[in-house]
Amino acid sequence: MLSNTGNILLIGSIVSTFLIVYLAYQSIKERSFQIKKNIIYCSFFQITFVISSFLLLIFAFIFSDFSLLAVYQNSHTAKPLFYKISGVWGNHEGSMLLWINIMVLFSYLFFVFNNKINTVFSLYTLVVQNILILGFLIFLISDSNPFFKILPTPIEGLGLNPILQDPALAIHPPLLYLGFVGSSIYFSAAVAAILSNSNGKNFALSIKKWVLISWSFQSLGIIVGSIWAYYELGWGGFWFWDPVENASLIPWFCMTALAHSVLVLEKRNYLYNWVLILSLITFISSVTGTFLVRSGILNSVHTFANDPSRGLYILIFLSLMILFSFIIFFKRRINDQFNLNPISKETFILSNNWFMMFYLATVFVGTIYPIFTQVLYNTNISVGPPFYNQVIAPILIPFLIFMAVGPKIGWMKSNFIAFKPFFIIIVLSLLINFFISYFLKSYNLISNLIVVSSLFLILHSLKDFISNFKSNSYINLASFFSHLGFGFLIFFIILNHNFSEEFDLNIKVGETKKIGNMEIKFNNLKIENRKNYNAVIGDFNIQDFQRNYLKNLNPEIRVYENPQTLTFESAINTNLKQDIYLTMSNIDGSDFYNIKFQVKPFMLWIWFAAFLTASGGLIRVFLKK
Amino acid sequence: MLTKKIKTRLFFLSSVIFITLLFLAFIYFSLKENILYFKTPSEISIVDEIQNNSKIRVGGMVKKDSIQQNNKEIKFILTDYKKELIVVYNGAVPNLFSEERGAVVEGKLNDKSYLIADRILAKHDENYMPPEMKKIFENAK
Repeated sequence: MLSNTGNILLIGSIVSTFLIVYLAYQSIKERSFQIKKNIIYCSFFQITFVISSFLLLIFAFIFSDFSLLAVYQNSHTAKPLFYKISGVWGNHEGSMLLWINIMVLFSYLFFVFNNKINTVFSLYTLVVQNILILGFLIFLISDSNPFFKILPTPIEGLGLNPILQDPALAIHPPLLYLGFVGSSIYFSAAVAAILSNSNGKNFALSIKKWVLISWSFQSLGIIVGSIWAYYELGWGGFWFWDPVENASLIPWFCMTALAHSVLVLEKRNYLYNWVLILSLITFISSVTGTFLVRSGILNSVHTFANDPSRGLYILIFLSLMILFSFIIFFKRRINDQFNLNPISKETFILSNNWFMMFYLATVFVGTIYPIFTQVLYNTNISVGPPFYNQVIAPILIPFLIFMAVGPKIGWMKSNFIAFKPFFIIIVLSLLINFFISYFLKSYNLISNLIVVSSLFLILHSLKDFISNFKSNSYINLASFFSHLGFGFLIFFIILNHNFSEEFDLNIKVGETKKIGNMEIKFNNLKIENRKNYNAVIGDFNIQDFQRNYLKNLNPEIRVYENPQTLTFESAINTNLKQDIYLTMSNIDGSDFYNIKFQVKPFMLWIWFAAFLTASGGLIRVFLKK
Repeated sequence: MLTKKIKTRLFFLSSVIFITLLFLAFIYFSLKENILYFKTPSEISIVDEIQNNSKIRVGGMVKKDSIQQNNKEIKFILTDYKKELIVVYNGAVPNLFSEERGAVVEGKLNDKSYLIADRILAKHDENYMPPEMKKIFENAK
């Protein structure tokens, strides 16, 4: 019953999508400059069908309708309601439906907001976007239908991987999808802009908001994902340069570059070709990343929904998408004006783009290289964090400096850089860095330089903000927050990296161990029966004699039954200064418990700085000047 | 003669290309330096010389009844059913580490049959297995 309704809704979506493509194309051919009523009706039907099919799937998960294969494989009656809902996108089929929902939503909103400026352009956008939607809908219904029925109906589901039963991971996929899939709309708009010969300024104006929205959500998605990795995976790190993380970072670099260069196009009408290319590769890299990770070609320790058989369709679809978009791009080349003054905002924005492309190249090479050696030489290799740290860290120094100076430089031509404040800020940054490394702990040269340049960015941003505020001139709050946030982010990450302490030890119940100035006492162990798992809870006392504190921490080992899995829950004591992080594990019931004990300074500040950075995009979108 | 405008433009362009090439070279050499090779215990046993200071990854099955623990470290045997490798590890093990299951360890070789690991890779899904491991099990059958 539910399965049939779902399938009907999906077919309805396909039909209405097809009609939109057809009708919009007819309108373009007839050169009618009025948007026809029936296109608007069709769009309305499309979004209604798609959203109700998604709601129906949520409904099926909530009421545990195991006649659907997707529900049976990923849900269980004993699961809390919240995780029943998040289970909808915790699997391949449901997440594809979410993907399509976001594409349709963005398509609809873009059309509603932009159809008055340039009709031909928005009709073309509608055509391209709906061809993409059609492609994904066909993929959904033919290969990964969430409404697929199983007979006979099982009594109980298999359950969701316990590691996914977590609040951060429940909201992580939708956030990331808003970023990933949101980029589809400016992919379509870019193709449409070429086809309709629309001018650069209008194109920039129409996509700017969408770039910022997707950028913000992409950032939020990445942050929430790494917060989850931090407390759930029990390694105490928050970024591992894992292929999955890299796949989300590559589109982020594109979006960041685009969010900057689109301003040049809007204000100065330069870089049209470059903005078009960026718009195209953002979505292409999003789909490629998803494809590589989902198909299992890039193997990662934390991919959840993978199945190689699905790769082929996406691969063909992706190749066609790349091929056609670039054929269109190269056939209708638009000539660019190019007249840059070395000291102008344009140049600085270009330098941002240069850095973004450099980082993109680094991450791309590091991620893809193992596939190459696998195919060419048949050797299995992996590229670890040292590569990324070694390449990315030194380049952060000029990047941070440029980022500090950039926002204050004027468009077109700026005759002077204010040298006096520049030097005062440099000296101040050097001094602060000196105090940190002298009184707290010394660290290596690169770290020193990065700390100095991040301090430079922080102080410079604050100075600009204050001087703008005093003269009551126009303050660009969005870029101020993002740049300041990024400065803090790098600053705290480097301090955290250098000041973190980590101890591993094996300990029995009742034992006390001394490490340095600290003492760890394993008081006792108790077993608790919770809703859908059993928990083995350790009771530890951490005493620091030097800093004079005593903390009680309770890490857990959770034993889930559906599916049968163990997870280790870390116990974290967070305060403004540092996180005290403890995980406990046990092998096959031996007396010894492995303890990983870490002191990680400024974790809270890292999250705060990251959220501050991401907030910039949303501020720009929702706050009027 | 080239005008001043074209000259500056040429200078600008060539410096951008130069810097870009420089950085690509930087990426390339850093990559070469930081590659981790994935080996099986059998592959290690046929290597002529072991490089003491470079890390490798080794995948295999944790041999039954081989895990020994004391208050400092964990010791176990990793096998691909042909050759065995003793692994010593000091730290917390991931969720799904247990006897007769696949594991990937990362660390430095002491000699051909002894590895000091500083990381055991976590796998979050009991069905998940890296492709390299799959190959080992297929070969063993």
